[in-house]
Amino acid sequence: MQVSLTTPPVAESRNGATADAAPVLRLEGITKTFPGVKALDGVTLELYPGQVTALVGENGAGKSTIVKTLTGIYQPDGGTISLGGEPVHFATAQDATAAGITAIHQETVLFDELSVAENIFIGHAPRGRFGLIDWSKMRRDAQEILSRIDADLDPDMPLRELGIASKHLVAIARALSVDARVVIMDEPTAALSHKEIEELYELVERLRAEGRAILFISHKFDEIFRIADRYTVFRDGQHVGSGLIADVDEAELVRLMVGRSVDQIFPQRAHNVGDEVLKVVGYAHPTEFDEINFTLRRGEILGFYGLVGAGRSEVMQALFGVTRPSKGAVRIDGQVRVIRSPAEAVENGIVYVPEDRGRQGAVIGLPIFQNVTLPSLAQTSRGGFLRLSEEFALAREYTERLDLRAAALDQDVGNLSGGNQQKVVIAKWLATKPKVIILDEPTKGIDIGSKAAVHGFMAELAAQGLSVIMVSSEIPEVLGMSDRVIVMREGLIAAELEGEALTPENLVRHAAGIGAQP
Amino acid sequence: MTQFLKSREAILSAAILALLMLIASRFPAFVAPSNLARVFTDTSPLILLALGQTVVILTRCIDLSVAANLALTGMVCAMLNATYPGVPVAVILVLALVMGAVMGMVNGLLVWKLNIPPIVVTLGTMTIYRGIIFVISGGAWVNAHEMSHAFTGFPRAELLGLPVLAWIAILVTGLFFLGIARTPLGRAFYAVGGNPHAAVYTGIDVGKTQFMAFTISGMLAGLTGYLWVARYSVAYVDIAGGFELEVVAACVIGGISIAGGAGTILGTLLGALFLGIVKNALPVVDISPFWQLAISGTAIIVAVAFNTRSGRNKGRIILKRAEGHA
Amino acid sequence: MTETASHGQAPRHIPDRLQGPGARLLKSWELLLFAVAVAIFVANSFASPYFLNAWNLSDATFNFTEKAMIAFAMALLIISGEIDLSVASIIALCSTAMGAAVQYGAGTPEIVLIGLATGLACGAFNAVLVTKMGLPSIVVTIGTMSLFRGISYIVLGDGAYRGYPADFAYFGQGYVFWVISFEFVLFALLAVLYYILLHRTNFGRMVYAIGNNATAASFSGIRVARVKFILFLLTGLMSGVAAICLTSRLGSTRPSIAFGWELEVVTMVVLGGVSILGGSGSIPGVVIAAFVMGLVTFGLGLLNVPGIVMSIFIGLLLIGVIALPRLWAMWRR
Repeated sequence: MQVSLTTPPVAESRNGATADAAPVLRLEGITKTFPGVKALDGVTLELYPGQVTALVGENGAGKSTIVKTLTGIYQPDGGTISLGGEPVHFATAQDATAAGITAIHQETVLFDELSVAENIFIGHAPRGRFGLIDWSKMRRDAQEILSRIDADLDPDMPLRELGIASKHLVAIARALSVDARVVIMDEPTAALSHKEIEELYELVERLRAEGRAILFISHKFDEIFRIADRYTVFRDGQHVGSGLIADVDEAELVRLMVGRSVDQIFPQRAHNVGDEVLKVVGYAHPTEFDEINFTLRRGEILGFYGLVGAGRSEVMQALFGVTRPSKGAVRIDGQVRVIRSPAEAVENGIVYVPEDRGRQGAVIGLPIFQNVTLPSLAQTSRGGFLRLSEEFALAREYTERLDLRAAALDQDVGNLSGGNQQKVVIAKWLATKPKVIILDEPTKGIDIGSKAAVHGFMAELAAQGLSVIMVSSEIPEVLGMSDRVIVMREGLIAAELEGEALTPENLVRHAAGIGAQP
Repeated sequence: MTQFLKSREAILSAAILALLMLIASRFPAFVAPSNLARVFTDTSPLILLALGQTVVILTRCIDLSVAANLALTGMVCAMLNATYPGVPVAVILVLALVMGAVMGMVNGLLVWKLNIPPIVVTLGTMTIYRGIIFVISGGAWVNAHEMSHAFTGFPRAELLGLPVLAWIAILVTGLFFLGIARTPLGRAFYAVGGNPHAAVYTGIDVGKTQFMAFTISGMLAGLTGYLWVARYSVAYVDIAGGFELEVVAACVIGGISIAGGAGTILGTLLGALFLGIVKNALPVVDISPFWQLAISGTAIIVAVAFNTRSGRNKGRIILKRAEGHA
Repeated sequence: MTETASHGQAPRHIPDRLQGPGARLLKSWELLLFAVAVAIFVANSFASPYFLNAWNLSDATFNFTEKAMIAFAMALLIISGEIDLSVASIIALCSTAMGAAVQYGAGTPEIVLIGLATGLACGAFNAVLVTKMGLPSIVVTIGTMSLFRGISYIVLGDGAYRGYPADFAYFGQGYVFWVISFEFVLFALLAVLYYILLHRTNFGRMVYAIGNNATAASFSGIRVARVKFILFLLTGLMSGVAAICLTSRLGSTRPSIAFGWELEVVTMVVLGGVSILGGSGSIPGVVIAAFVMGLVTFGLGLLNVPGIVMSIFIGLLLIGVIALPRLWAMWRR
């Protein structure tokens, strides 16, 4: 399969993708207000049978709110939803399901302890005598649906024994089981590998061929242009544009999303790297990675590229002491160090900004300043006793350097936007004056403004002599920021690219394993 | 079948069989059918309450008020019988079920509508229900001679060689097997506990499902309340004191995960039987009954250690060559 | 490339705090609870002529001092996201160990040491199961609750230990001066110590961080398991202290000693505004809750209302203080 990165492939016009077809689902003037936030402000969305409509927008644009409105989780404050021309109202999730609307979510939201068949049919299981669930019919029906999508899964297998891709198949089988007229796919490829994504595309094709209307939410432009027929763009809870994919290009979509024309600009950097700071030799883990060797120099930004699930985060978490490698050694400034816990990593000057901000990064519930000083308490306290003035001073110093937007330093970090939470996490680590900072997908899911700030700051840190490891799946970011890039595939280092060799094509080929062929 | 052999239930069954064989090797009388029937009857109240607790724990809640509910319902039934000996047992049974269910609903409503953590709610209602017993009884006992023969005779009446109490436990267990496996509500208990977020998307109301679980648990506690005072022919403020923790223990030993969403009715049944057998066997094998508490404590710790070990998530397998071995 | 992130503007100033200390106090749980305590105090003084008597009030403190000692440590444990339901059983085991020591002729210093050591050992046992083996604390401590008291039953059966030395009685029956009992002084001292530990030290900050998000706390370099281990040790130790006071006050040990106290201690902590889900709560709240529970028990006692009925009030209070604000919010919506 060819991946083109420089120019998006123009979607070929498909059957029925014309402007005059009648929409099966139409939302008009939908408004939804939460305390303090207007999440949806009179938005319009139309879905057509046999067509894929891509919904794009930055985080906070209202995409998840519209999904929850469509699936009956939220009830809109105003506006109309009409299905097949008839006005409908979904008071509960069950109403939406009964009307033939089904959703496949970002994290496969299914039940680990229940069987495959039950996951497909929960909420609408076939009933036999006395209204009891008819297990044998449920199994047969599940088998039939699974074979329709070529999924070789045992209906009786508990879901917990399946991998993520198989769970997706179950979610899709579930969508088919209700004979859905409308299928919502909320970032379905976010956690899938390359091959699994291809299989998912085939399924989308099949759903389209069966005449279902598909709402496809994605951040990945290449896939939008590959499989969508139409697009709708939301910005800040408002509908800002929609039309046929064939009539639009990537630049136009970005302009609609952000409200201005932006080319992603990365900071200019002088490549002056210093002595070796970190050396990883023969790092291995029984199931996650093997033969990991690399070095990191002072003032260098080392990119780690690969597909999701290539083992990059696993290596980083081992370096940070979260998991233990079974083999291998780490040298910091030439000294062999054993890191058995994050606490020891921090003591050795290695810090880690995790990808999962809400769970592993910020301590939601604690104020901003306490988040910043958490690893530096030894520095701000005296004899184990807190000194609040020192804490505020330290927190102020670093949050202002990162241009944090907050009302006050004693505000709960949970009230900040994703981008500002990320700044708090980075500020927390900078306050420890580390030698090596590892950033795992540092700009994932944050707005474009904060993104630029994070990029700028990374460059400044490197210029000041900090060594940076950046795990990223965004090719422009990897190319724009890194001095050198290590590509990982299936738990192994597939390539180390630098200078001339550092091209998008090389990154993709090595990550996908195509580069191995002569 | 092979899946069953690897399950917690199989291991627990084996443990119970081994225990019985061990006892039988020295005291064969213990495994005589009549004695096993007696042990089962004796364990019936625990089984009934543990079944109710199971659905509550499945939905990520806990019900610490069951023993107080049992005692309050038991006291009301006993006082009603003492005052109006003519009221038929059928009416008392209905009263016990309804009273218990209402007390369960109070818990359920507080959890559902006000979103108060279940442990706080049931800790509160536990002390309230106990206190009410004192208020209505004035601290007095209702003794055997104040109760009618029909009242005390019902749970002990024999039917095909087993007392009614045991038959009720069997019947309720059967209903639970059927209800959990084959009704949407039964499956919803697993869905709500396993992944509450996803349950909402499949059209399951999490709070309402928890409310139903508390109602069922309360209803069974009420039913057991009548059976308990009738069987022991006495009602007072402190009956079944601390029993709520034995009930939770039966569930934990049976492999019901305190984190919700995992466990089976068979497991709970086995967990309750294990505790019942230990309790009844101690005097037979000439160990002081004072050992019982320590043994069940150890059993709980072993069970939870075992469940947590086997349920621990492995990291994802990324290395191609590791895939074959896993 | 020198200036970044700030986009050419001067960095914007972020104030330290949005609200002054006064505004935060006004909205606090502690103030609400304090109002309840005052109301109960006033109501009691009107209801019974015996209430406002120094000796009677002093007697009343025994209703909560021992439980409150455990509640301080339990508050930290619950804030960190764990719980220990075995505390009352630890008291039983400590008391049994002390009673056994008496039978071998131990003097007061040895008895106290044995009580504290047994408490620490029980706490360590819980700590190992929870932090080293990764088991859920609520289940583990339901297990050890049976186990610890079970050992007391094995040792004592339906018997009892008596014959504690005369000077041992001081811990539960002695007075430091006038009506101020040793127990009350110890309670006050521990309240201050735990206040400092939770609200003024790095350790306390880590407890809050762990309770709000243990994973993120660990990823911030905090040794989560070590902190929790210490908290279980502290809870065991405080149970040992409470066991010394209670045993001294009663003058004897039965295996049923302090039966059901674990739930009263948890009630005290939750009533004090500690979130049962972890992450928030304060020592002043627990102190006021201790007084509320003590005053209710004492006041109703003066009116000849038996203890079990008071538990209705405590139960209503526990649910009411959480439910009423939520009902109020629903009503206004």
